[in-house]
Amino acid sequence: MFGFSRPQWIAFLVMVALIVVSPFVLYPVFLMRVLCAALFACAFNLMLGYVGLLSFGHAAFFGMGSYVTAWTMKFWHLDAFFAMALGGLTGAALGLVLGYLAIRRSGIYFAMITLALAQMVYFFCLEAPFTGGEDGIQQVPRGHLFGFIDLSNDMTMYWVVAAVFLGGFLMIHRIIHSPFGQVLKGIRENEPRATSLGYRTDDYKLIAFVLSCGLSGLAGGTKALVFGIATLTDVHYSTSGEVVLTTLLGGLGTVFGPAMGALIVMSMENYLAQAGAWVTVIQGGIFMLCVLAFRRGVIGEIANWRKLTL
Amino acid sequence: MTLSRRSILTAAAASALTVPALPRLAHAQSAAIKIGVLNDQSGPYTNTGGATSVICAKQAVQEFATAQGLSVEVISADHQNKPDLAVSIVRQWFDRDGVDMLLDVPTSSVALAVQSVVREKNKVYLNSGAASSALTGEQCSPNFIHWTYDTFMLAKSTGGAMVKAGGTSWYFLTADYAFGKQLQSDTSDLVKAAGGTVAGASQYPFPGTTDFSSFLVQAQASKAKVIGLANAGGDTVNSIKQINEFGINKTMKVAALLMFVTDVHALGLDVAAGLNLTESFYWDLNDKTRAFTNRVKDKTPKNWPNMVHAGCYSATLHYLKTVHDMGAAEAKKDGVATISRMKAMPVEDDCFGKTTIREDGRNLTPAYLFEVKKPSESKGPWDYFKQVVHTPGEAAYRPLADGHCSLVKA
Repeated sequence: MFGFSRPQWIAFLVMVALIVVSPFVLYPVFLMRVLCAALFACAFNLMLGYVGLLSFGHAAFFGMGSYVTAWTMKFWHLDAFFAMALGGLTGAALGLVLGYLAIRRSGIYFAMITLALAQMVYFFCLEAPFTGGEDGIQQVPRGHLFGFIDLSNDMTMYWVVAAVFLGGFLMIHRIIHSPFGQVLKGIRENEPRATSLGYRTDDYKLIAFVLSCGLSGLAGGTKALVFGIATLTDVHYSTSGEVVLTTLLGGLGTVFGPAMGALIVMSMENYLAQAGAWVTVIQGGIFMLCVLAFRRGVIGEIANWRKLTL
Repeated sequence: MTLSRRSILTAAAASALTVPALPRLAHAQSAAIKIGVLNDQSGPYTNTGGATSVICAKQAVQEFATAQGLSVEVISADHQNKPDLAVSIVRQWFDRDGVDMLLDVPTSSVALAVQSVVREKNKVYLNSGAASSALTGEQCSPNFIHWTYDTFMLAKSTGGAMVKAGGTSWYFLTADYAFGKQLQSDTSDLVKAAGGTVAGASQYPFPGTTDFSSFLVQAQASKAKVIGLANAGGDTVNSIKQINEFGINKTMKVAALLMFVTDVHALGLDVAAGLNLTESFYWDLNDKTRAFTNRVKDKTPKNWPNMVHAGCYSATLHYLKTVHDMGAAEAKKDGVATISRMKAMPVEDDCFGKTTIREDGRNLTPAYLFEVKKPSESKGPWDYFKQVVHTPGEAAYRPLADGHCSLVKA
């Protein structure tokens, strides 16, 4: 099932074990933040790692997902399940529109087009009345899941977030190891050859983009629910940059890399928060170190060292 | 030169060894009471709050708690003016770090965002840095006291004085978030009630705007008599500098609706001379304020306390007195009970004298309208203000019934 190889099974079981054990040791709200960032990074990795397209505007999908979830929770009093699902669908729908325009180019042009479109989304969010501008949508209730699971308890919320993350993770893994995923990797390696084999590569790229954006929106919506707030930070281009950093740090094009990257980046932000402005300097330093010395990222280096596919 | 992985790692390891351990990361012993100062330590409000707020809170701890044998720890963090970051810091403070009282929290959008977290966790929240009068209006909370000033008091004091002096038509330059909008609407109401008109407003993105020229040109084109600056901190300083560069101050009067002595210090008297502004504290008001300033100024020589800093001192002192009165264990248990005890106890300190706290959480500090001195009038360091009008606390703030706070029984 899911197309896991033996080392991947082991790594997956280790990850699940960590997810189950860690809330009893660490602060659950922090772990939820890590899981949301991990899902976002996994979704981003689907584009960068497996299609080879660097999107510099993924914050737009993450942020719109978080706004829509927050808004529907607060004003429509939807069930948490539908609110998160709507967040994901919003990301996917926006991804369809923006992706339709962006996938016509690749490389630096693709990155610039996605960045420009994401900035348009940012200014839309800044000015649109429903987002609350600079204040964001505040005091969002966590509400109930399926009508009877009360999410106001941190531990309950944690299990829901963990389930969302694992669901998204398995979905991405399934996509990558499906025939569809093989075509994506083919496009990444040599697009003209894929075209010559009769694949309509634009359609494949667009579908992958929409899937990636939908999962990003889901991650954003989940985050909004956890913290009860959706703000401009979520759509800001620095969030787009952070997800690139997360993915590269963990290991580009590996299944487990982005989750590992999210753990590292979020831990730095969290435990170094007292160091004020130094956080970004330290992040920058680690990023440079990683690019210079560990180009495959943490998981990528381990995989390369043990000759495994992780 | 090519860098080998080994040499990079060796260099990184060597530099890591030489970096001294970050002192503030060390875990201190658990104290009876823990105070968390949350404010802007790297952005536009660094000088108006920042490290000096922490110093003033610690001063109160040192003066009161040490004498009473109460063990108190003060921790701080930078919220970077981001509501979501602030919410996650505050949650962690309450859940993990055992913080009992949240202090300062400038930037109204952030102040409003953490309000619900404090209420959910039933802690104490004393706000000195944020201005929005909504905090004691529709968004009021039984866990909250607004200590130092608010948008209504600023609008009434500075705006009222400007209208009286003939500034009957206004154009606003507004920071586009909760505080700026509230200050603009409070001032507009007041100007209209006094028979004036509002010609228009430019709202600019916050934080991050440093170039105000296009907004200033619009303001000039409006032909209004007064340009009202509904912003604060570094933004106010930048906009006043640019107003001077454009020469707009020759045709329009400038009303800096929220300005602190620290901003005047940053601008210099050459630029700031003649401006009217309102604060509830100034170091040179009387013997007691001078005595307070003398106690703390050596710890923060480049940034003497303004009203926000004084408010942090005053709020911490009153909180500690209340904790001492009701017992630390009781105070830790119930934030609402602590706040109602604080409202019942008389407030007195060197900075604001005697004040009372209203049931909606409004601390009735006096409002002073100041005029910034000319360079020739200033006799020493930080000698910047002349007092023009003194409004006692009872008359300075929005009447209780007009705030629509749910805690107030009609």
